[in-house]
Amino acid sequence: MPLDKSFVGRTYPPTPPYQVGREKIREFAKAIGAIDPLHLDPEAARAAGYPDVVAPPTFPVLITMEASRQIVDDPALGVDYTRVVHGDQRFAYQRPVVAGDELVCVNSVEEIMSRGGHDFLTTRTDVSTSAGEPVVSVWSKLVVRGEG
Amino acid sequence: MEELPTQTYRVTRADLVRYAGASGDFNVIHWSERLATKVGLPGVIAHGMLTMALAGRAVTTWAGAADAVVDFSVRFSRPVPVPDDDEGTEIEFRGVVKGETEEGLTQIDITATCHGEKVLSQARAIVHRQRA
Repeated sequence: MPLDKSFVGRTYPPTPPYQVGREKIREFAKAIGAIDPLHLDPEAARAAGYPDVVAPPTFPVLITMEASRQIVDDPALGVDYTRVVHGDQRFAYQRPVVAGDELVCVNSVEEIMSRGGHDFLTTRTDVSTSAGEPVVSVWSKLVVRGEG
Repeated sequence: MEELPTQTYRVTRADLVRYAGASGDFNVIHWSERLATKVGLPGVIAHGMLTMALAGRAVTTWAGAADAVVDFSVRFSRPVPVPDDDEGTEIEFRGVVKGETEEGLTQIDITATCHGEKVLSQARAIVHRQRA
């Protein structure tokens, strides 16, 4: 059954704050082979004007993938996650994520379309600090493959 | 159009396990041959977001600064199978400077290939010019 297009424009309540840890940034950076001191060394990050280590560009997906379950797992929308393939991904940054950030996500359904028997669901997650400073906006387009 | 030095990164099964742990993405298709083939994949495939993360690593290398990226987008066009051996696979990232945005930022178009086939399409980053 195609996804309900009336969900387009729907915004969900803010998620509980995510505390960005220095060791998590280091772990993530090492997992992708990113060895720049800005990711690993707080002194190097401070010298570059940041309060603590700086996350690599795709780090916010840790937070937004979990947060966007609000949409993907919404029983009223009815996404069959076993049929989901990741289509597109975009990050637009106001500033990099740094250790010590306490981040809150606001999810919304930006687009739903059907083509060739598949559904395309674009979610948008606006990530800001719990104090309200915008940090990064993240878009994910998920392809829900049709049956058969 | 300025061509940037090609970056080639190796990806093994161990890297997939490490990325799964670091990212919290434990989807079975990234670690179980049995379950990956069951859903019609050629075998275990890399996380799309790992491919994008490596593209980001290439971009920050080109820009010369780990904090240079202002906008970054990709389309996942083809899965990256990772064989269960010591060599794994390689993803090659090529970048071309496309020009400047109205804000004076630099646009880089990225090509990502694995065994000569494009694994990302419409991959693009906008970075701080003074760092590029």
